[in-house]
Amino acid sequence: MSDLPFLLQGAVVTASVSLAAIVLGVPLGLALAIIRWQRVPLLSQVVAAYVSVIRATPAITLALLIFFGSPSIGIVLGATPAAVLTLLINTSAFNCEIWRAALIDFPRDQLEAARAYGMTPVLVFRRVVFPQVWRTSLPALVNEMTLLIKASPALAVIGIVDLTRAASRIGAATYKPLPPFLAATVIYMLLVIIFVTTQRLVERRIRQRFNLA
Amino acid sequence: MSRDFLIAFAHYDQYLSGLWNTLWLSAATLVLASVAGCIVAALMLAPHKIVRLPATTFVDAMRCVPFLLFAYLIYYGLPELSLRFDSWASGLIALAVYHTAYIAEIVRGAWTSLSREQIEAGRAFGFAGLPLLGRIILPQLFFASVPLIGNQSIYILKDSAFLMIITVPELTFAASSVQSTYFVPFASFVIAMLLYWLVTLVIEAMVKRVELAAEIRRG
Repeated sequence: MSDLPFLLQGAVVTASVSLAAIVLGVPLGLALAIIRWQRVPLLSQVVAAYVSVIRATPAITLALLIFFGSPSIGIVLGATPAAVLTLLINTSAFNCEIWRAALIDFPRDQLEAARAYGMTPVLVFRRVVFPQVWRTSLPALVNEMTLLIKASPALAVIGIVDLTRAASRIGAATYKPLPPFLAATVIYMLLVIIFVTTQRLVERRIRQRFNLA
Repeated sequence: MSRDFLIAFAHYDQYLSGLWNTLWLSAATLVLASVAGCIVAALMLAPHKIVRLPATTFVDAMRCVPFLLFAYLIYYGLPELSLRFDSWASGLIALAVYHTAYIAEIVRGAWTSLSREQIEAGRAFGFAGLPLLGRIILPQLFFASVPLIGNQSIYILKDSAFLMIITVPELTFAASSVQSTYFVPFASFVIAMLLYWLVTLVIEAMVKRVELAAEIRRG
């Protein structure tokens, strides 16, 4: 089991790259969703096309495009920034759809009431819309986070040694691929469970705080 | 830049054969996983725990594992048990088994939300056995799960790209080989992305048609 540290290193890479993409991707998705919700002319159509294309693109193809394609438009990215950017672009499109669904379902009467009280649009969003919308979006956002973790092995094609790559290297070196693959599976399960448990905890706190049965 | 696209377009035959491989792998996966998914869903709903437990464990395990890890397991791990497949067979087996779990979960969900009253009413009208299944249960199960299975088809399409790593010559593999031969990375992968997008739009349009048919059927 001397290979365990190598596997854990891979797990740290998977977790940190995914976390970076999540931390940046959730607010970016919200920004894109607001552009569509407010029907900002031109930008709104651009975002719609962006979401439609990115949702259909395999993470692996996107990683290859960003890593190998960016120099031809004059940007040279290292493997790690390219990896974070790949996951960020991928997850922001899905997060945009989640936030947008919550915004579209937001009750109109509340918006009108807030406006009648003379609140500015920014204040309406900060005090009325956002505190409710993030609670309804939370389960779907966490689900997207677990999908993101499962898409992250795609980064192996640009040379990132993540959990899956680490497991396959150990398997290739020892000619016994089953043990590292099973260990990696357990670690992925733990990563997913951390996200889902955090979501349950937050939801319980929300229920307690707002006394919702 | 436009020169790059011209170079990539000149090798359209490679893209077409890659696209063709992606399409048939995905379609075969969808068919195999739908059939197997229905069986696994039935096992998950079985009255006996001995039947239920392995099915539920399989589905839960697959839902935690990234597809690439599972594909590696089939391609590199099974030979250890002296089961050796080439990259095509490994790829198709990995896709089909992996997505069987997801489709089983979709079908199980559709079955659970099926209204019991309709089946009871069907029984009261003298439907039983195959006619009950064919005229009352299956159509409802089908229409309830089509949007989700359409969505799953898009995931199958996207997961098939992972198979380039085990050297299956699908669409991303084709784009990658064009880019490494002629060094036109941007054009090459953009073309692949647009082809994936096109396929996704077709899948979404087909799901819309089925949904429309369901609405007409409901009256």
